[in-house]
Amino acid sequence: MSNFQAIAFLIAAICFIMALRGLSHPKSARMGNKFGMWGMALAIITTFTLPVVQEYIWAPVAILLGGFVGTRIAKSVQMTQMPQLVAGFHSLVGMAAVLVAASAFLDPNSFGIVEGESIKAASLIEMGLGAIIGAITFSGSIVAFGKLNGNIGSAAKRFKGQHKLNAILGIAILLLLVMFTSSQSGSIFLLMILLSFIIGYLLIIPIGGADMPVVVSMLNSYSGWAAVGIGFTLGNTLLIITGALVGSSGAILSYIMCKAMNRSLFNVIFGGFGTAESESAEGGEDARVAKTGSPDDAAFIMKNAKSVIIVPGYGMAVAQAQHAVREMLDILTKEGVDVKFAIHPVAGRMPGHMNVLLAEANVPYDLVYELEDINREFAQADVALVIGANDITNPAAKDDPKSPIYGMPILDVEKAKTVFFMKRGMAAGYAGVQNELFFKDNTLMLFGDAKKVTEEIVKALED
Amino acid sequence: MHSEFIFLLTIFVLACFVGYYVVWRVTPALHTPLMSVTNAISSIIIIGGIIAVGAEGGGLSGFLGFLAVFMASINIFGGFVVTKRMLEMFKSKDEGGKK
Repeated sequence: MSNFQAIAFLIAAICFIMALRGLSHPKSARMGNKFGMWGMALAIITTFTLPVVQEYIWAPVAILLGGFVGTRIAKSVQMTQMPQLVAGFHSLVGMAAVLVAASAFLDPNSFGIVEGESIKAASLIEMGLGAIIGAITFSGSIVAFGKLNGNIGSAAKRFKGQHKLNAILGIAILLLLVMFTSSQSGSIFLLMILLSFIIGYLLIIPIGGADMPVVVSMLNSYSGWAAVGIGFTLGNTLLIITGALVGSSGAILSYIMCKAMNRSLFNVIFGGFGTAESESAEGGEDARVAKTGSPDDAAFIMKNAKSVIIVPGYGMAVAQAQHAVREMLDILTKEGVDVKFAIHPVAGRMPGHMNVLLAEANVPYDLVYELEDINREFAQADVALVIGANDITNPAAKDDPKSPIYGMPILDVEKAKTVFFMKRGMAAGYAGVQNELFFKDNTLMLFGDAKKVTEEIVKALED
Repeated sequence: MHSEFIFLLTIFVLACFVGYYVVWRVTPALHTPLMSVTNAISSIIIIGGIIAVGAEGGGLSGFLGFLAVFMASINIFGGFVVTKRMLEMFKSKDEGGKK
C-alpha cells in the first residue's frame, strides 16, 4: 500500500467519524450520512487501486448486484419493520466477515499474511477471531430477524442445561482457536465456524420480546468487532477504525438500553424475566375491575385539556397507529391544546424506534421528548395518553422492591390528572407484572387496537 | 522498535475512544438511524472481499470473496439509503413538519 492509498483510507475513516458526529442533531444528520457515503465510495475506489487487485470485472459486478438488491430493500421497507431490517443487515455483515476470513485463509499470499512457508500465527488468531465473531453475529442476527419478523415465536425459549451447553461450546471454540493457530488446519477452521454458528443461535433464542432492543444493539456491536478482527488480519487501519467505531456504538446502545431497564447486560442475556419466580403478590388479584372509557370520553376530555402528553409504545408500532396519532395531534393543536410526546428509551423493539415512527407520520421532532426531559411535566399535564405501552409506566418500578421491574426508570404518567391507557386487553406487559395504574381512580382504559381507537377519537374530535 | 501489531493496537484503542465520545453525543431520537448507518459503514469489510476477488489466486477464495462483496454491498447501499429515508422524515415545526 502506497502512502497515497493510506491517506485515502485515513480520509475515509474521518468521513465515517463525521457521519456519526452528524447524528448529534437531526439537522446535521443528513450531511453526516453524505459523509458516510463519500467515505465508503473513497474506500472502495482506493481498494481497486491496490497492487494486489488485478481483476476489475467480478468485484464491480458483485457491487452492482448487491447495490441493486440493497437499494430495493431499503426503498420498500416499512418504518415499522426497521428492527428486523437492521437485524437482517447485521447478519450480512457477519457472514461477509466469515467469508473474508475464509478467503484470507485460502489465499494468504494475496492478503500478505505469509511468513516463510505458513501463515503468521498472529494473523491466524486474528482471522479466527474475526470468523468466530462474524459467525455468531450471523446466526444470532438471523434468529433476531426471525423473532422480530414473526417467523419465530418471540417468547423466550429456555431449556435445562442451556447455560452449561453454552459454556461448553464457548470453551470448545476457544480450544479450537488455539488448535487452529498451531495446526493451521482447514477442517478445524470449519468446525470452529460451525460451532460459532450454533452458539450464536443458542445465545439469542432464549431472549425475547421487550429485550430485543438490547439484542439488536449487541449484534450491532458484534458486527463492528468482527470487522476489527478482519482489519487486524489484513493490517488495514481503516477496517480497524471503522470496526471500533461501530463496536463501541453498539456497546453504548446496549448499555443505555440495559440501564433503561435497570438490568445488567449479563442479566438480559443469561437471566431474563420469568426465570426466577417473582415473590411479589401481584398477578393473582385480577378480581378488581379497571374503569373503561370510550373514545368519545377521551376526545371530550382531551379537547378541554390544556396539555396532553402522549406516551407511545410497541403497541403503536404493531397497530401502525402513528398516522392516526398525527391526525389527533393536528386537531388538538388546532383546538389550542399543548400536545407533547414522551419516549422511554426502551419503547419499541429497537433504540429510537418510536422517534422514527413519529417522524414518519410527520410529527415535528421538537414535540418529541426523552424521559429525563419530560418526566417533570406529567405533574402539570391534564391528560397522559398511553398508546400500547405498559411496563415503562408501571409505578411498581418505584414503589415495590419485590417487583421484577423495581428500579427501572419509568415515565410518571400517574401524576397526570387523567390517564388513558390504550391497550388490546388487560394482559400484563412483557415483564409479566400487573400494572397498579390500571385500577387508579383517575385512569380510564380504552380497549382495542391502537389504530382503531385512535381513529375513533379523531372522529369524535371532529364532530 | 515495536511490532506492527502494537501499531495496529494503538490505532484500535484510540478509535474506540473516538467512537465512545462521538456516540455519546448522538441524540437518543436518532438511535435508529445511528444503528442503520453504523451497519452500513461496518460493511467496510468489503475491502477484504474486493482483495479476494481481485487477487490472482482466484479459485474458491475468489468465489467466497465475490459472495462477501455481494453481501457487503447489499448492506452498504441498503444501510445508507434507508438512513437517508429516515433522516428526511425528521422535521422540526419550522420545516413544515406538520403539513
